[in-house]
Amino acid sequence: MKFETPQTVEQAVALLAADSGARVLAGGTDLLVRLRAGHIAPSAIVDIKHIDGMGEITQQADGGWRIGAGVPCAAMGEHAGLVADYPGVVEGAELIGSTQVQGRCTMVGNLCNAGPAGDSVPALVAAGAMVRVAGPNGTRDVPVLHIPTAPGKTSLAKGEFVTSVYLPPRGARGGDAYLRFIPRTEMDIAVVGCAVNVILEEDGTVACAGVALGAVAPTVLLVAEAAEALIGTKCDDAALAACAAAATAAATPIDDKRGTVAFRKDVSGVLARRAAKLAYVRAKGD
Amino acid sequence: MSRIHVSTTINGDDVDYLCEAGDTLLDVLRDQLDLTGSKEGCASGDCGACTVRLDGRLVCACLVLGAEAEGRSVETIEGMAEGEELHPLQRNFINKAALQCGICTPGILVAAKDLLERNPDPTEEEVRYWLAGNLCRCTGYDKIIRTVLETAAEMRGAA
Amino acid sequence: MAKDEFQSRQFKVVGTRVPRPDGLDKVTGRARYGADMTAPGMLFGFCLRSPHAHARIRAIDTSAAEAMKGVKAVVTRADFTVTPQDQGTRDILDNVMAGAKALYDGHTVAAVAATSRSVALAALKAIKVDYEVLPHVTDVDEAMKPEAPVLHEGRQQESVPEGYSQNVLARSQYGHGDVEAGFAKADLIVERSFKTAATHQGYIEPHACLASMGNDGQGDLWCCTQGHYMVRNTCSAIMGMEAGRLKVTASEIGGGFGGKTTVFLEPVALMLSKKSGKPVKMTMAREEVLRASGPTASTSIDIKIGMTKDGKITAAQGDFRYQNGCFYAMNGALGAMCGFAPYHLENVETVGWEVVTNRPKAAAYRAPGAPMAAFAVESVIDEMAKELGLDPIELRLKNAADEGTKSAYGPTYPAIGLKATLEAAKAHPHWSAPLGPNQGRGVACGFWFNFGGDTCVSLMINPDGTVSLSEGNPDIGGSRASMSMMAAEELGIPYEQVRTVIADTATLGQNEVTDGSRVTFAVGLATIKAARHAIEIMKARAAQLWGIAPEAVEWVDGAAQPAGPNAGKFPPMTLKEIAETASNTGGPIAGHFEVNAEGAGVSFGTHIADTEVDPETGAVKVLRYTVFQDAGKAVHPDYVEGQLQGGAVQGIGWALNEEYIYGEDGTLQNAGYLDYRIPVASDLPMIDPVILEIPNPGHPYGVRGVGETGIVPPLATLANAVSRAAGVRLTSLPMSPPKVLAAIKAKG
Ligand SMILES: Cc1cc2nc3c(=O)[nH]c(=O)nc-3n(C[C@H](O)[C@H](O)[C@H](O)COP(=O)(O)OP(=O)(O)OC[C@H]3O[C@@H](n4cnc5c(N)ncnc54)[C@H](O)[C@@H]3O)c2cc1C
Ligand code: FES
Ligand code: FES
Repeated sequence: MKFETPQTVEQAVALLAADSGARVLAGGTDLLVRLRAGHIAPSAIVDIKHIDGMGEITQQADGGWRIGAGVPCAAMGEHAGLVADYPGVVEGAELIGSTQVQGRCTMVGNLCNAGPAGDSVPALVAAGAMVRVAGPNGTRDVPVLHIPTAPGKTSLAKGEFVTSVYLPPRGARGGDAYLRFIPRTEMDIAVVGCAVNVILEEDGTVACAGVALGAVAPTVLLVAEAAEALIGTKCDDAALAACAAAATAAATPIDDKRGTVAFRKDVSGVLARRAAKLAYVRAKGD
Repeated sequence: MSRIHVSTTINGDDVDYLCEAGDTLLDVLRDQLDLTGSKEGCASGDCGACTVRLDGRLVCACLVLGAEAEGRSVETIEGMAEGEELHPLQRNFINKAALQCGICTPGILVAAKDLLERNPDPTEEEVRYWLAGNLCRCTGYDKIIRTVLETAAEMRGAA
Repeated sequence: MAKDEFQSRQFKVVGTRVPRPDGLDKVTGRARYGADMTAPGMLFGFCLRSPHAHARIRAIDTSAAEAMKGVKAVVTRADFTVTPQDQGTRDILDNVMAGAKALYDGHTVAAVAATSRSVALAALKAIKVDYEVLPHVTDVDEAMKPEAPVLHEGRQQESVPEGYSQNVLARSQYGHGDVEAGFAKADLIVERSFKTAATHQGYIEPHACLASMGNDGQGDLWCCTQGHYMVRNTCSAIMGMEAGRLKVTASEIGGGFGGKTTVFLEPVALMLSKKSGKPVKMTMAREEVLRASGPTASTSIDIKIGMTKDGKITAAQGDFRYQNGCFYAMNGALGAMCGFAPYHLENVETVGWEVVTNRPKAAAYRAPGAPMAAFAVESVIDEMAKELGLDPIELRLKNAADEGTKSAYGPTYPAIGLKATLEAAKAHPHWSAPLGPNQGRGVACGFWFNFGGDTCVSLMINPDGTVSLSEGNPDIGGSRASMSMMAAEELGIPYEQVRTVIADTATLGQNEVTDGSRVTFAVGLATIKAARHAIEIMKARAAQLWGIAPEAVEWVDGAAQPAGPNAGKFPPMTLKEIAETASNTGGPIAGHFEVNAEGAGVSFGTHIADTEVDPETGAVKVLRYTVFQDAGKAVHPDYVEGQLQGGAVQGIGWALNEEYIYGEDGTLQNAGYLDYRIPVASDLPMIDPVILEIPNPGHPYGVRGVGETGIVPPLATLANAVSRAAGVRLTSLPMSPPKVLAAIKAKG
């Protein structure tokens, strides 16, 4: 196994394109666990953190945010501007692992690991985030929703890797929230995760919404029915109940060591209601 | 297998070593440099016994490759005391019985020191969440949390 | 041992909170644990483990592995040519290296020693094992059925009636009185069934050792263990060598809780070392720790209790079915003995069952067998208290065992502290604090026997008046401090002048393992007696110098002095002065004591917990927790508190989230800390320990073991708290959120 530290995107792409056994290393909090367990045996590890811009969080001219693929999640929580605009996205990112894991793990690693339960992914999907993908044919921008295709599988082609995440401009009266259910208070993988992103009219009516569920399907689910239940309402109890029911209906979980089908469906609804309420309160700013 | 040459700084000293690409920083610390104060409880990021600081951020040494330390700065439990002078956390962990078997202690001390440097006045809840990635099976955490809080108060008083 | 060991006294050192002697090493990273040792030319050893729950091993081909560069030895069961004499040791050998069959997922089938980790791991992959996969069974009730897949033929004891699978190895029965007559007198009878999942001790330090065997038939072993004498005896029996030829040194130990009272890697490392002629270091990965070491029994328990309207128990019955993994253990019997031990019962009958399944061999875990039994019994008592509208503490006080009670398992109790813990709980502000919505309070009692056993201590008076104390029990949580304290107390010198070390097996006589909460009791007792022995010698030396009879000398405040005016007029002679002149008065001075300590003194505890249940998700939050336990005499209160807090939190984990989860194929699904969920700091409140001191008549200072009882009540305490908060009785552990939510929804 080789260890590579490309200094540019082009070098990284060249390394990845030349060796189909090469793996990208971001924070390593998934990769190294699997390496040690003997689940993977890459021919090379390509550490992308030396590439310019990988560790940066920058506000774009349009007011949106670009977050480098090497930014550890802890750094997101320390960024006041990002936290103010996207508390839900930051919440999801900061729920990953422990303080120590936070010092290393990245949102992009979480996304490209393509686990069904990745905590940072639902809020990105609910917010309509995009990723920038670099590859042998240049760069392309892809909705986060389209990256994972199945557990452990992504839509990235050979030689491609993600360089950054883009969050659209927050604008006035927007808010988001992410809640997950775990058996303990920390150090567990989500049994259910739910993110809600809302943007309000001036009068407090929901103009548009995104509701995304994690850990209840092979990949993150964007639940249009749950979002529709909120749109045009002021997130009153009836709207929240409808949102919860839509989330429960949309979930197609499995029974495993972390939870049962019935439990995950029930809790999908509970979290959707609670996250919607929280996102709404945040959007109203009171 | 050809090995990678790494030049790094550990507890303020320049250190060079050779490692395999798959060796973790924890492997290097323990097996090559005989810095066995960092412990391996899981090798998967779950227990925190291997906690060190890398360029000022807490990490699990088992989730960092040895090769990644090139040009960076690593702080381990072995560097926590200044000569004979124990860090107040170390002193209080002994005096307030915040350890039983002691296997979790190095990781917890490194993590707690980092917390107090960032936040000299944490609440009980903040300490508990900060240390949630440091498993201790002996103490039930009570005396650990109390000792961190009391040391924080003592250090604020001294400052 | 006589019951009249205890003498009331004013303590000077015992009962204070002094810093422990090994503290500095442990806060600076200097302390050497099992995996922290190296030897010149050392090899790295690793195990190949069965991926099947139950399989016949047809053949193992190690030739490709042996041919690899850097591989210095490969061992399989064929290398272990000695058959140990007793069945227990044969089981251990079968557990550390599978014989004809692999009996569980993770069972070692071969091992390799090589010049590096990566070479050793590659060699493991090159070993070819031809398995014939057999049907398996992991559930205790399934394993008892006559049609269940059988693990071993012909091991069933006569005590087992007909109609059960051969997996049922033993049945034991306890009790007295006439339960049927007792039930006839009851106003209320409640009968319930309970299940508990297997849990792991969860020590943070994985098993590790460094073995060195020479072709001169001598060996050295360094390992993390609760008992290096046990390691020596077991390994030498397996290796077919005389015990005296194997020297075992205990490393610092990173937690054990009973899980390090047996061997796993040590015989394998010795065999690899013997075959390679080089030192071999082995460490388990966490996954191996969970798959192949520990765990506890999982259980299925039926309890039936009859009570009068005013809460007097008229009869109690329990059936305790425990699976102990793939070999015999007596956890079911211990459960059957402990479940009703806190109560004064006219009519009681319990039956314990020992069942084998395709799981790792159960190891002891703090009060083995007792927590599950207490969970079942205390749950029924709580349910009956609720039904009868009685205060759960009053109800327990009404039935509590006391001095003179004939216990449910036979013996009659001497002075015990159960009522004191209940009275303290009743009077504590926690018991009367208000509760909010969705909150519930639980209380439960627990019992553990405690243990003494073989113990040796040597106490050397150094020429400068300091004292070196050697004991043979690994210090698992501050016991070196406690021993130094007791020696200092007895000798009348400052604590700082005594240094306690853990001797290796070549330095002291046989010592039982650090288990059964025995160390502070038994080693403490031997320490005090060794100090008294040294005092006798020092008195004689002083008498010699003064020219008076030794009987005319007494020992007061660390000095010899004439016993009264008739003895002669001499200024007191301090320990230091006697030590300095020892060479001229007959040579170096040392005391020692060897004993099979009895009179450990049973221990009781009562716990109170408040929990809040989220009715929409089944999540449980522990809001407040108080432990009341009788310590006899708390030698070092900090470390007694630590034992109570640690035990309570392990019990909380067992009650709420910890469990061994097996798949359909019999493989362990959660062999890591991510999904084997031990409590983390943010899960918990402070654990408030209340120490009671009802002196143990069997110890000079009144000490009782405190290490184990603390884990007995929490399962039931939490079950009672959660059941009251959720408004529905939980009868299956762990009370994980899906189970709690399902119970809430089923209640409607
Ligand atoms: C103790 C512990 C607790 C954890 N808890 C959680 C949790 O609570 N919630 C949760 O969601 N996850 C959790 N995880 C999993 C993990 O931390 C996260 O998935 C994390 O976000 C991964 O990020 P990383 O940067 O470390 O990824 P890496 O390990 O570096 O990479 C993960 C995968 O993505 C690929 N990859 C990384 N970056 C790129 C890129 N830029 N382009 C293309 N491919 C890329 C890698 O090749 C690899 O396959 C936990 C892990 C540990 C060890
Ligand atoms: S050994 Fe690194 S977290 Fe456990
Ligand atoms: S003191 Fe033993 S694990 Fe923390």
